Amino acid sequence: MQRIGVFVCWCGSNIAATVDVQRVADAVRSEPGVVFSVDYQYMCSQAGQSMIVDAVKEHQLTGLVICSCSPRMHESTFRKTAQLAGINPYMVEIANIREQCSWVHKDIFIGTQKAITLAKAAIAKVNLNTPLTSGESKVTKRALVIGGGIAGIQSALDIADAGFPVDLVEKEATIGGKMAQLDKTFPTLDCAACILTPKMVDVAQHENIRIISHAQVEEVGGFVGNFHVKIRKKARFVDESICTGCGLCTEKCPQKKVPNAFNLNMDHHRAIYIPFAQAVPKVAIIDPDYCSMLKNGKCGVCAKVCSVGAIDYQQKDEIIEEDYGAIVTATGYNPISLEKYDEYAYSLSKDVITSLEFERLTNAAGPTQGHLIRPSDGKQPHTIVFVQCVGSRCAANAEKGKEYCSKICCMYTAKHAMLVRDKYPDTEVYVFYIDVRTPGKSFDEFYRRAVEEYGVHYIKGMVGKVIPEGNTLKVQASDLLMNKQLHIDADLVVLAAAIEPDRSARPLATMLTASMDTNDFFTEAHPKLRPVESPTAGIFLSGTCQGPKDIPETVSQASAAAAKVIGLLCKNTLKGNPCVAVSDEMMCNGCSSCANVCPYGAITYESKEFRMPDRTTRMRRVAKVNPAVCQGCGCCTVACPSGAMDLDGFKNQQIMAEVDAICK
Amino acid sequence: MQINNTTEFRPKIVAFCCNWCSYAGADLAGNNRLSYPADIKIIRVPCSCRVNPTFILRAFQRGADGVILCGCHPGDCHYTSGNYYTRRRMTLLFSMMNYLGIEKERTRVEWVSAAEGAKFAAVMQDFAQTVAALGESKRLEDLRCKQ
Repeated sequence: MQRIGVFVCWCGSNIAATVDVQRVADAVRSEPGVVFSVDYQYMCSQAGQSMIVDAVKEHQLTGLVICSCSPRMHESTFRKTAQLAGINPYMVEIANIREQCSWVHKDIFIGTQKAITLAKAAIAKVNLNTPLTSGESKVTKRALVIGGGIAGIQSALDIADAGFPVDLVEKEATIGGKMAQLDKTFPTLDCAACILTPKMVDVAQHENIRIISHAQVEEVGGFVGNFHVKIRKKARFVDESICTGCGLCTEKCPQKKVPNAFNLNMDHHRAIYIPFAQAVPKVAIIDPDYCSMLKNGKCGVCAKVCSVGAIDYQQKDEIIEEDYGAIVTATGYNPISLEKYDEYAYSLSKDVITSLEFERLTNAAGPTQGHLIRPSDGKQPHTIVFVQCVGSRCAANAEKGKEYCSKICCMYTAKHAMLVRDKYPDTEVYVFYIDVRTPGKSFDEFYRRAVEEYGVHYIKGMVGKVIPEGNTLKVQASDLLMNKQLHIDADLVVLAAAIEPDRSARPLATMLTASMDTNDFFTEAHPKLRPVESPTAGIFLSGTCQGPKDIPETVSQASAAAAKVIGLLCKNTLKGNPCVAVSDEMMCNGCSSCANVCPYGAITYESKEFRMPDRTTRMRRVAKVNPAVCQGCGCCTVACPSGAMDLDGFKNQQIMAEVDAICK
Repeated sequence: MQINNTTEFRPKIVAFCCNWCSYAGADLAGNNRLSYPADIKIIRVPCSCRVNPTFILRAFQRGADGVILCGCHPGDCHYTSGNYYTRRRMTLLFSMMNYLGIEKERTRVEWVSAAEGAKFAAVMQDFAQTVAALGESKRLEDLRCKQ
């Protein structure tokens, strides 16, 4: 028989306001196994914890029930307390009487009744708990960073600087991500390339970093400390180890009409190309959709001009398999597709562009060498209209757009407007906004400069329609403060499109078994206290794959994720989850039902000798669970037809005891 | 404290929630103070696939009026494929509920992610209402279990 202590937490007034904690403590005192119960203001505090330790010693407790907040919050805290008191940490059960009781029920009578029931269920479970010890597993001291934008770069550099090898996987031919496409950065107006490219070079030269570009993660297996990852490095038809990046092939290739994705298809490059001048790795790549040699075997000019013989038309995709201890996701974002936004005439007129296209237009390395001209006729625009929140902050039930604020648009639009007025002072610039949100450091000062010093016309209101008419774009809008309709003849309209997670994030999350929210942003383990970790152990989040953020925030999150990775990789061994499946070999008949449903392949079979009642022996095939591989989902326990399989920590008996206690 | 002597029927509802999505969704409902009936009592399981159909029958045997099972959305299971097994097992079990004499509406499977606190509260509201409207479930109740 267990000797159980019940500890009811007030959580200040969080629980005590809607649950009569004293009554709960009194009501459970007569439950089977309970020898002690008490309530206290803050169980998780130092005083609360030492109260638990003292009670264990005084009453020789063997099991603890803590009626408090969610086990997702403090289960590990109280398990440590139990260990401190000298009992097995898995002899602790939490009755969640805050999140699932006091916070959702207003009536004190109902709340108290429910809290008592929940406490009784936890007591019923603890009565059947057994001490569990976790197995240990080794940590592979190598990290994988998925995504080579500024987030991935920063995480990789920080982890590598701590002395651990890092593989940086990038799906494009070069690292750099979105930041490489930007012109200037707010609020300091230093050029993006000037601050990013030195970092890219650092990555390339770092002895601990291996860049795997033009590659995608295909398969992820294993668990924290021991991930096994398969990466497909796609053929670029150029030998990376030989190519010097001289660029001669990219000048001689006869196929000139390949849309330049780096410049958002506003100009063209050859079929063999280097994405941009500062690309890392600076190695040419052939686009197989356009190369005539790869398509119909005729040409071969690049191979002829290459002085080092790096061109390899026979190159095949390569599969790289590696073990990692930790994985950082830094898959980044994309502006949403504006197909459904015909009211802004994005698909009707070349002179309606997105903000990212505007970045390329004003970038000195862009398709126009930094001259701001209309894409349609190459003339300089004299009236520019910026439209904010295109697809951001939409109603939840709207048929298009995102519910969230994309966070960066207010600032980059202020930057664009300011840059235009600075370079071309005779240009009229209008910005239509719902709200201007500038909560960052030096952000509001920056925005006010755009309005006060640079004379940008900020108008509160949304643009209703853009109609291309001849050479001009007729913009119909409303000014909400003046309460009047506006008609502006614009030369250029720039849409601040909402940002959304990259499409590769969803399949990646499935492979990593990391959870995502409804917008496909990765969810964090705790929104406030564990913002850079995924709830899945060993997966860390870096940059905009977790939510919209600007460069300073991205860099700080990337470093934070790196710090967490370093903390993990510093350990030699990890304690595993002891709640794993166990098979009763006396009941097992070796039918393989359990192995068929196990997603981890943790179940194997072995032949074992059993003594029969007539004193003979017989060989039987029985299931055996590898506790290092088992993750404890419990799928096998239900599949087992003979009831041999059970899950430690969530045994059939324990769950049924909870059911019984609740239904009483 | 005075015991509230109303004759209003309060159903007993057991909710099995998977640790990674639905239990976290329930926590989020709590964080956002989204109320739902107190008749719902949650049992935490590692994955919805841990729920043996016998647990559900046991609940009805012990006097539950409704049982709801919540897991991660299909494709989002923390254990990759657990909820697919849940879906199949429960489809099979629920198809036999009427035969057992228990209204099928007393059982339900819902997918609630960790980000869907509002959905959790809404689902529980709705389920509790449905079960309350059906009244007490006596068909499987084992009187020997009653004290």
